[in-house]
Amino acid sequence: MAIDQGTTSTRCIVFDRNARLVAVAQREHRQYHPKPGWVEQDAVEIWRNVDRIMPQALRQAGITADQVVALGITNQRETFVLWDRHTGVPVGRAIVWEDIRTEELVARLQKQPGIEEVRERCGLPLATYFSAPSLRWLLDNVAGLRAKAERGDVLFGTMDTWLIWNLTGGVNGGLHVTDVTNASRTMLMNLATRRWDPMLLDFFGVPASMLPEIRPSSEISGRTTRVVPGISITAALGDQHAALFGQTCFEKGSIKGTYGTGGFLLMNTGTELVRSNHGLLTTIGYQIGSEPTYALEGSIAVAGSLVQWFRDNLGLIHSAPEIETLARTVKDNGGCYIVPAFSGLFAPHWLAQARGIVVGLTSYINKGHLARAVLEATGWQTREVVDAMNADLGAPTPVLKVDGGMTADHLLMQFIADVLNIPVMRPLVAETVSLGAAYAAGLAAGYWPDLEGLRRNWHLAARWNPAMETRHREDEYANWKRAVELTFAWARSTPPST
Amino acid sequence: MLRLLARGSGHHSLTEIADSLGLARGTAHGILRTLQRVEFVEQDQATSRYRLGAALLHLGTSYLDANELRSRSTNWADTLAARSGQEVRIGMHHDGAVLVVHHVFRPDDSVQTLGIGAMLPLHATALGKVLLAYDPDLSAATRRRELTSLTRRTITRTQALERVLTEVRSQGWAGEAEEYMPGEASIAAPIRIPGGLVVGAIGISGTVDRLCDSAGRPRATLVRQVCQAAESVTTSLVDEN
Ligand SMILES: Nc1ncnc2c1ncn2[C@@H]1O[C@H](COP(=O)(O)OP(=O)(O)O)[C@@H](O)[C@H]1O
Ligand SMILES: [Mg+2]
Repeated sequence: MAIDQGTTSTRCIVFDRNARLVAVAQREHRQYHPKPGWVEQDAVEIWRNVDRIMPQALRQAGITADQVVALGITNQRETFVLWDRHTGVPVGRAIVWEDIRTEELVARLQKQPGIEEVRERCGLPLATYFSAPSLRWLLDNVAGLRAKAERGDVLFGTMDTWLIWNLTGGVNGGLHVTDVTNASRTMLMNLATRRWDPMLLDFFGVPASMLPEIRPSSEISGRTTRVVPGISITAALGDQHAALFGQTCFEKGSIKGTYGTGGFLLMNTGTELVRSNHGLLTTIGYQIGSEPTYALEGSIAVAGSLVQWFRDNLGLIHSAPEIETLARTVKDNGGCYIVPAFSGLFAPHWLAQARGIVVGLTSYINKGHLARAVLEATGWQTREVVDAMNADLGAPTPVLKVDGGMTADHLLMQFIADVLNIPVMRPLVAETVSLGAAYAAGLAAGYWPDLEGLRRNWHLAARWNPAMETRHREDEYANWKRAVELTFAWARSTPPST
Repeated sequence: MLRLLARGSGHHSLTEIADSLGLARGTAHGILRTLQRVEFVEQDQATSRYRLGAALLHLGTSYLDANELRSRSTNWADTLAARSGQEVRIGMHHDGAVLVVHHVFRPDDSVQTLGIGAMLPLHATALGKVLLAYDPDLSAATRRRELTSLTRRTITRTQALERVLTEVRSQGWAGEAEEYMPGEASIAAPIRIPGGLVVGAIGISGTVDRLCDSAGRPRATLVRQVCQAAESVTTSLVDEN
């Protein structure tokens, strides 16, 4: 069984030995935007959703808790919540990875001595995206919080930690643990030692007393006492890491792209800790057993969330998939480009002050062209990341394995194949994030013997072959790059304000 | 009830509705629940009052977006391919033919071509027979046209097709062997939206020897898997609506 605590929804999925989906229950949770740039979620609502979907999935599968071999938890990364150790009540809402309230703080920290050392130790550039700046912001801005944290009365947790603590008893002896992949996204863990790093804690002013214990992805060793008691929790991984694992990208050099709220391309770099010269992050791929597997990551902040914005804020469609229907009412983008730098630009630019733009508007442009520009934005951002990976690796990527909610978009998948000029392949289980967590949990429990067995479960469900003319592709890419430059120009002319 | 809600304030409590229409509260509540399920009526979370639902505005236009059907059914289409070992298609009616809105490869990693967007004949495929069986207008229109012969086994007589469609309705699924392509067979079942309307079909296709038993009948286990997948997609459409 896997619980996938994603940015937009939480899922509980049951798989059988052949990695076939047996049951799936899902619930969306609310997104709060209390101020421009702030993104929050209610950790209690998410916990309540887990409370509903776990029994629902069991019922659908027609099984009881004792038939569940093991549970793996996977989650949106960087998003975290603080809570009172004695009551289990959260201190405010969870701060989501898309939140950019720390823009000013980040600019300030950037000038602090030791900043080069920070990147060296945690593998990440300083950005609003990661947990540590937001945690620092809370410690600075919530009255009395720092003192409580220092006394150990307030606990910190990414969503895996929050769910495991609650599932294993909460105030009655709940486990306060996280896995290396989630810890590697906080900016507080040293990539080489895989421990909380005193220098990093000091740099961000975070008391060690509030942090969970870091464990390998497959050594969580908990047991549920609530919701559905008696299930072994044997694994936890960040969602992108779980997808890498679920796609069975076990070899050095293999790449996957997951398209959900954001888009995340990860490349397995083996046991070697590789640093990027082209704007990619160094992160832990996964750790099954004693040695970690490292990965390079290209993060795209806005992919599916641009579709959601189009649906909720512009109201031009009723559901996300209708974006494709609308896009097909026209034959091309009509010269219109959207660069969705809602939270600044992530990989490979890492420009916090960039803001989104729509360019190329003429009286000819209609909502169909805008819908195309929305989908194409994900394609071009992928191209930028793949270019960076190729440059770091010194070799071209041969194929891209994809998964996530947006892979149901046929037009988008074809477009990605076209702009990368390589085949795009979707595996038989589109819920690859959940599958990866189930794999890690099942391996830990001895349900599956080894990685080779898992690899044999990977089957091709769909393949999109590139079909765009070279000339057209390069012209369009040049247009996209010009549009991206305009977001930089905009950033320069408006200093960050709060 | 709908007329009452369409009039005046458009927001009424259960008691108001029951009293206005001279119905027992229990009866009114039952009707409202049914209307709510098909989205003709919505209940305000805060006030518990009822009003007309969004689905009424789209009455008569398309019931379900093809791309949305693909999104919602992906998990179950994948599972059907994994269980049956065959390729899976989801079809909707478009312009007198089956429009393939989703396609999952046969999970044997052989070279296959993605068939999303292809058009298939209604009368010669299992997907098409399902769409015909549950759409009286469509089957009437098909009766008036000539049924093109594609193989020796294609049903070309309207009476024979009628008989088959009656059988499809009574058994809840459709099958076909070598009616579309020599050596190939297919099995399909209906996908319904809340209220029971059939909006599409999901099915598998493959060689006759894999899909049919020695008597040439679709294998019972495969039929069960197809029907289960159709049920699961139908349920997922209810859940989230
Ligand atoms: N057919 C589609 N076309 C484009 N975007 C889609 C489609 N279906 C879903 N999405 C987008 O995918 C996202 C949901 O995918 P999911 O993998 O569940 O995300 P997450 O795990 O980040 O919550 C949403 O942002 C939604 O807008
Ligand atoms: Mg996800």
